[in-house]
Amino acid sequence: MNNLQQKAQQLLESGNYGLIVGYEKGTSGKARPVFIRKAEHASKLIFDESCDQNIAVYLYRQEIKHDKKKVIVANHHTLKSIVELAAENQVFDGDFMVLAFAENGDIIELNTFKEIEKHVATLYHGLTEAEAAMMKKIEDMSLEDRWAFWENEFSKCIKCYACRASCPMCYCPTCTVEINQPQWISVPSHTLGNLEWHVMRAMHLAGRCVTCGQCGKACPLELPIQLLTYKVALDSKQFFDSVAGTSICADNALAIYKPEDHENFIR
Amino acid sequence: METNNTNSFEPKVVAFVCNWCTYAGADLTGTSRIKYATNVKIIRFPCTGRIDFMLLMKAFANGADGIIISGCHPNDCHYTSGNFHARRRWMIFRNLLDFIGMDVNRIVFSWVSAAEGAKWAEVVNESVDQFRQLGPATAYQKLIKNSEFQEVE
Ligand code: SF4
Ligand code: SF4
Repeated sequence: MNNLQQKAQQLLESGNYGLIVGYEKGTSGKARPVFIRKAEHASKLIFDESCDQNIAVYLYRQEIKHDKKKVIVANHHTLKSIVELAAENQVFDGDFMVLAFAENGDIIELNTFKEIEKHVATLYHGLTEAEAAMMKKIEDMSLEDRWAFWENEFSKCIKCYACRASCPMCYCPTCTVEINQPQWISVPSHTLGNLEWHVMRAMHLAGRCVTCGQCGKACPLELPIQLLTYKVALDSKQFFDSVAGTSICADNALAIYKPEDHENFIR
Repeated sequence: METNNTNSFEPKVVAFVCNWCTYAGADLTGTSRIKYATNVKIIRFPCTGRIDFMLLMKAFANGADGIIISGCHPNDCHYTSGNFHARRRWMIFRNLLDFIGMDVNRIVFSWVSAAEGAKWAEVVNESVDQFRQLGPATAYQKLIKNSEFQEVE
């Protein structure tokens, strides 16, 4: 048994904790989320590079929402999302404990939002080199090429909404896509409606996306839709100095304003 | 819509304006008998803060070639801060549209107060000229056509 598994076993045996949300080995070398309630199952837990899924999304799911004393094993994406969910009052201080990892692999226990926030401040916020290169590739295209690129991508979307389900920040009980009076987003999937859906998703995540990339990873058709929310995230930083997932008391960039906000296109 | 009997393209333009400033300003344009392009259909909103970006998307989806958005100057909002919120939203929205390859020159943003009847005429005329130069929104029209085909099926 490794440190994490031992720790988990102790926590469950102590009776102080009833549920551990973490990762287990899945198929084809991938990790998948696991929910452990019994100490003897603690040996299922793993934590390595394959554990890149953002599992903060489970924290407020109905099925476990009312489980008292939860523990969540968190990678850096999950940590940032917890901070942003805390800022938006979707999770509550003291409801769960976070097990994070130091660079050397040591387990760090984080019990309060303040501790989580402090730990997250030590993490890197921003796109990876590969992600930044993808953004640049698209931004360097001509307008026509960008349109052709996205038209092709949007045409593939089947509106399964896996991207939405996987994103910790998409927690509205009734999403605009389910509203049909008026019908904002068409039910059948065609390029026009899909484009509208993706513009809407990105706009609703402005100043809230923690650039974890989970939405893109969840897409069964591998649409690079995370780039759309990265775009609004980068702009929120550039225009409003707002970076989601850094502060437990920050206001969302589009819910506040400054009289001196500067643009150059309004005549 | 009036066309001047030539083959020149006349853009369909929708203007989303706020009740308190630009709508009153546009009224003043009329009462001052200043002529301006007839291409524009004005839709009145309580406030620029109420102009959801999805309304713009729907205008394009219904065949608009260009859109004008206008409201009270900063610090003049009837509800104090609606236009400040709207400004932030547009800053993000405009860049996002550009990122997906839409020509943001098809949307004109302006502040027109209730006293600026002449400015409204100018904004509309210049916008319509701009949209005319850009030509019909063919890229978008292609998507509209495909969507209709699918929905009938
Ligand atoms: S990258 Fe995608 S999944 Fe992650 S926070 Fe942003 S929108 Fe949500
Ligand atoms: S996960 Fe992919 S296919 Fe499903 S709705 Fe999102 S973008 Fe479309």
